[in-house]
Amino acid sequence: MNFVVDGRTAFAYTAAHAIEPARPSVVFVHGAGYDHSWFGLQSRYFGYHGRNVLALDLPGHGRSEGPPLESVEAIADWIPRAMDAAGVARASLVGHSLGALAVLECAARHPQRVERIALLGVAYPMRVSEVFLEAARRNEQAAYDMDTIWGHAPRVPLGANPNPGMWMYGDSLARLARLAPDVLYKSLKACNDYAAGLESAAKVKCPALFVLGGRDLMTPPKGAEALARAVPGSRVLRLAPSGHSLMAEAPDAVLDALVEFLG
Amino acid sequence: MAGPKYPGFDTLALHAGQSPDATFGARAVPIYATTSYVFRDSEHAASLFNMERAGHVYSRISNPTVAVLEERLAALEGGVGAIATASGQAALHLAVATLLDAGQHVVASNSLYGGSHNLLGYTLKRFGIETTFVSPRDPQNFARAIRPNTRLVFGETLGNPGLDVLDIPQVAKIAHAAGVPLLVDSTFTTPWLMKPFELGADLLYHSATKFLGGHGVAIGGVLVDSGRFDWEKSGRFPQLTAPYEGFHGMDFEEESGTRAFLLRARREGLRDFGACMAPMTAFQILQGIETLHLRMPRHVENTRKVVRFLAAHPMVDSVGYPELASHPDHALAKQLLPRGAGAVFSFDMKGGRAAGRAFIESLRVFSHLANVGDAKSLVIHPASTTHYRMSDDDLKKAGIGAGTVRLSIGLEEADDLIEDLERALRAAQKAAQ
Repeated sequence: MNFVVDGRTAFAYTAAHAIEPARPSVVFVHGAGYDHSWFGLQSRYFGYHGRNVLALDLPGHGRSEGPPLESVEAIADWIPRAMDAAGVARASLVGHSLGALAVLECAARHPQRVERIALLGVAYPMRVSEVFLEAARRNEQAAYDMDTIWGHAPRVPLGANPNPGMWMYGDSLARLARLAPDVLYKSLKACNDYAAGLESAAKVKCPALFVLGGRDLMTPPKGAEALARAVPGSRVLRLAPSGHSLMAEAPDAVLDALVEFLG
Repeated sequence: MAGPKYPGFDTLALHAGQSPDATFGARAVPIYATTSYVFRDSEHAASLFNMERAGHVYSRISNPTVAVLEERLAALEGGVGAIATASGQAALHLAVATLLDAGQHVVASNSLYGGSHNLLGYTLKRFGIETTFVSPRDPQNFARAIRPNTRLVFGETLGNPGLDVLDIPQVAKIAHAAGVPLLVDSTFTTPWLMKPFELGADLLYHSATKFLGGHGVAIGGVLVDSGRFDWEKSGRFPQLTAPYEGFHGMDFEEESGTRAFLLRARREGLRDFGACMAPMTAFQILQGIETLHLRMPRHVENTRKVVRFLAAHPMVDSVGYPELASHPDHALAKQLLPRGAGAVFSFDMKGGRAAGRAFIESLRVFSHLANVGDAKSLVIHPASTTHYRMSDDDLKKAGIGAGTVRLSIGLEEADDLIEDLERALRAAQKAAQ
């Protein structure tokens, strides 16, 4: 569905269902450079199992009008405004990578809007290497290549995709090729610059689940340990063979974890 | 700038799409000869049917062995994914039927395999899809033929029978300016000789029967999507960007973004038209692909030797191979096909039909049959076989002379091939006298 946030058109996938205020809701927030369909299988499941689903396209991504938001805090404040525009009062939030940081920050800043948070492929601090940031700043193909290769477990290019007939690297590159200039850079910079993680984590009052890829090259699991410890009562699930693109590399395991966590 | 590295072509040809079998550790691709797959429980079944979980339901839609081939081809071509089909013709039909409705229009090169020409010019016309055929030698011919209802531009990377080299960068620009994708038949070039997506094509397919398999034991096709064409932005493809009643109101683009075309092609096209590939066929074609990077250089090397021999032979009027300066697309071939212009070409022999027949019947190493792209060298004389009912005048209109011979150069010792041709040309010379 299209809606308007801050005077700009935004889009969220709703699994072809209208939003019903009486239903529980799940909001999905993608990472830098991607879009709602990165959560394709998982968001569709919840949409067909009694939940309102808002799989957001962040500004400048997918079908949502730009420019991209330039900090995790800005995204964290944008999420409840997007929920307002779509008619969702309170929701569980599922975020991946940049989206996970935004979901964490949103839960700290807007606790009344958030029921539960699931953080996928997250680390704190989420440092982005200088070479990657610089390539993204220059809008070079090398940045998309780094995103693609480091964004998957090392076995992915030589192994089988759980989604029959699809080539994960090709899908990642095709998505990134559609980005407007500077979107990847600004989103990566937002990850790199985020400095409130531990303080915000301590403020989270809702249940939290961390889902981490054992072979994640971008946000290695050990990078999430301090953050997970800082969120009171959080649970950590490690998916051993998966890299950073958990929803594509281990779609069923991610869905099972979310079903169990969100109830 | 230094950065991480993608696996090379040769490595992908051997590994992409397959992890060693988790149960028994089989290194080779197992042949999953099964029609269907046991569900864990009712909830799992419902989720698979509603596309909430990844996996296989029924082998007409997907199969683990076939999926290895699909992913491997997508990796070699640099696409988002692929669908394997019962034949190359099934792949072309699947592409057209996924994108076009009755009342819509294709602009196609007129330099096509006869089966493709028939499908577009006659068969699909019966279903309301019209095609305008244009000479690919001038890319502007495609632009001139585009109409408001055009939804696809189509050509072969190396056209039949004259090996016209499709100027993919220019034709892609023309197609994209009209808001439609470019589909290419990449059978003659394979991903080893050309990567059409890197040149601007949006979709491609192979008759996997030919060089991909290489062994001549299996019929199959593979349709690959680059994922780069923005269907939503084009605004001309409600087939992919509007809710579809035939699939529970699914908007394929909204659902899956870069994978929209393949999603509809698989979930509608394979489901309803049913031209799927058998797992045994996928296994056989995979055996071929594992050596594609070794075979193609040898195909090209042998072809160059044979072309050099024929071009200098007194019984030969002309040789149509793009690496020769005399070929009209010589410069374009140098630009787009630096590794070689393939291993299938035609030459014109002096002496008419009688000489042609004598030539064919004197060959011992070349096999006389209707196929190309085999590891074994193949030959056909159109005037005495596929086109034997046509007058000399009609043959000329079709670009075929009474002495035209098509060769597909295989992997034998090049000297043996040349010796075979030399003997047959002597026989042709005698027959002509």
